[in-house]
Amino acid sequence: MRSGEPTDPVTATPNAAAIPAGLRREQLHELYYWMRLTRSLEEKLVNLYRQTKVIGGLFRSLGQEADAVGSAFALDRSKGDILSPLIRNLGSMLVQGATPIEVLRQYMAKAQSPTRGRELNIHFNDLERGFLGQISHLGDMVPVMAGVCLSFRMRKQDRVGMVYIGDGAMSTGAFHEGINFAAVQKLPLVIICENNGYAYSTPMSRQTAVQFLVEKAAGYGVAGEQADGNDVLAVYETTKRAVDRARAGGGVTLVELITYRRKGHAEHDNQSYVPKEEIEAWEARDPIDRYTRRLLESGWATAADVDALDARVTDEIDRAVAICEHEPLPEPLTALDGVLADPPTAELEWYRRLP
Amino acid sequence: MSEVTYLEAIRDGLREELERDERVFMLGEDIGGYGGAFKVTDGFQARFGAERIIETPIAETAIIGAAAGAAHMGFRPVCEMQFIDFLSCGYSILTNYVATARYRADLKTPIVIRGPSGGYVRGGPFHSQNPEASYVHTPGLKVVAPATARDAKGLIKAAIRDDDPVLYFEHKYLYRRIKEHLPAGEEILTPIGKARTAREGKHLTIITYSATVWKSLEAADILDREGVSVEVIDLRTLLPLDADAIVASVRKTSRALVVHEDTRTGGLAGEIAALINERCFEWLDAPVRRVCAHDVPLPYAPTLEDFVLPQTDDIVKAARWMAAY
Repeated sequence: MRSGEPTDPVTATPNAAAIPAGLRREQLHELYYWMRLTRSLEEKLVNLYRQTKVIGGLFRSLGQEADAVGSAFALDRSKGDILSPLIRNLGSMLVQGATPIEVLRQYMAKAQSPTRGRELNIHFNDLERGFLGQISHLGDMVPVMAGVCLSFRMRKQDRVGMVYIGDGAMSTGAFHEGINFAAVQKLPLVIICENNGYAYSTPMSRQTAVQFLVEKAAGYGVAGEQADGNDVLAVYETTKRAVDRARAGGGVTLVELITYRRKGHAEHDNQSYVPKEEIEAWEARDPIDRYTRRLLESGWATAADVDALDARVTDEIDRAVAICEHEPLPEPLTALDGVLADPPTAELEWYRRLP
Repeated sequence: MSEVTYLEAIRDGLREELERDERVFMLGEDIGGYGGAFKVTDGFQARFGAERIIETPIAETAIIGAAAGAAHMGFRPVCEMQFIDFLSCGYSILTNYVATARYRADLKTPIVIRGPSGGYVRGGPFHSQNPEASYVHTPGLKVVAPATARDAKGLIKAAIRDDDPVLYFEHKYLYRRIKEHLPAGEEILTPIGKARTAREGKHLTIITYSATVWKSLEAADILDREGVSVEVIDLRTLLPLDADAIVASVRKTSRALVVHEDTRTGGLAGEIAALINERCFEWLDAPVRRVCAHDVPLPYAPTLEDFVLPQTDDIVKAARWMAAY
């Protein structure tokens, strides 16, 4: 999807504005597609959640689709770049090749889910496609991705790693140890810091004494960048600079993307701690609405193009749900498999063998 | 034939694996030019280069996390904890990320974390710990603790070749006190998960590991002169436990004494006693007893440390009590 045939934007649409960031017209459409897919897939999951078909919690990235999609889009999958997302980076996972049916199966704990019902939501991975799922302990993926980048360097590969971190996760010791190690080793790692205002119910002012999280870059001796996280082209352009720097041997960049979490921490959270006007103000800066307007006003897409992309997204999600909605949950005995390579199966407790 | 110390055996094992397999590399504090706090990696950086013998900041979470990331990509990293006491600084990423990786996400994480554990060396509360119980309680890890130079070499090599994350607890008291003839050129591999009978006997089984293997053997010599024949089982691997070896020995002798240097409450001896209760109840002629450290942080002064830790004389007295039961 990401690499299409180059098209001259001028011949494609005679009066179109110049396309920024070295992108091509169909790449602009792809960015729209990934953001729309993210939002619509989450809306479908809300629907399934209300039908109690989603077993656990549901985490929305409403209003953050541009930061996830635009940053992941700056990686080069043909080179084998790898990212590790946070819970609101469904869009990043999709860009790297995770599929809606995998995400649906994960949330519904299906036997055929990528983790065979062992893990939740977007906690799954495929290093071939280029994503390494997070665990719930925030910050841990920074040192782990530093190790992934260490492997790139030891093999003399020009691959880049990307790891997501939030305003809350930046308070952890693991984040500090990981970025510091990556900085000292000058590893090809891009750290995307999503400043979405809240860590669960805690506002950023109670998380850190700095005004902007990018200020912390100086303390580690790494490059710092900041962008409007609700402008997908700004996110892409800023992140691409960091990715290029990493690939060229310039080491770590901390990229702060300013965005906003418009839903609660998870679907159960009614956001009683957030002023209503604050959410409304950010609704007006919705990244998909903004981008759609820009596509149409700049002549980079027609209304028919947008409708066609919307229809494609709806169709893909509907087909995925139809396939997996009634699939079975895992067989209980499979719970004992694969704790270790050897022995391959854990011991069945004696009381389960009683008549 | 060359005689090597326990420490040299670890070094030789590491060197052989670094030479044999280019996927093996090391991460740790001061392990480069300095050769590590105990000189286990002496000369390694000159030999294998700074890309494979990587000096890190003081950051155990980063060391373990980075090792895991590289292991996912096909490497076989060996992490040095300067003292095993500092493994607790990386406890979260080890138990939550590393130990669960294969189960939750089918991620291969063949890492080894090794470092000096144990007391009897006046190291005080933070350079003497035996923290194995926390990790034996963590599904997804393997834990080994060699007592002999042969097993020190054989287990480090086996740990590096193992496809699971392995914690390798070496004992600093044994580093330069234990020597053994290990023929150069012999490929020594100690199977993980297999105990060793360190001494055969008829009347009582002592189940132990690491430095207290030697104290148990001393005790067995003393008891032998009194007509008590003691069998000593050196566990070598603490997770997974070699339950069959424990059960076979206890069914033979009908008496079991579990000895370890770690503190008693929540320690591995309790788990072993429970196992014996479950599988050897009808064979027992005496209650299973434990000889462990007192339930206190390990103090520094020789009078205090010697009092807190189990000594040979304690094992002798406990075994006499059991033999007379």
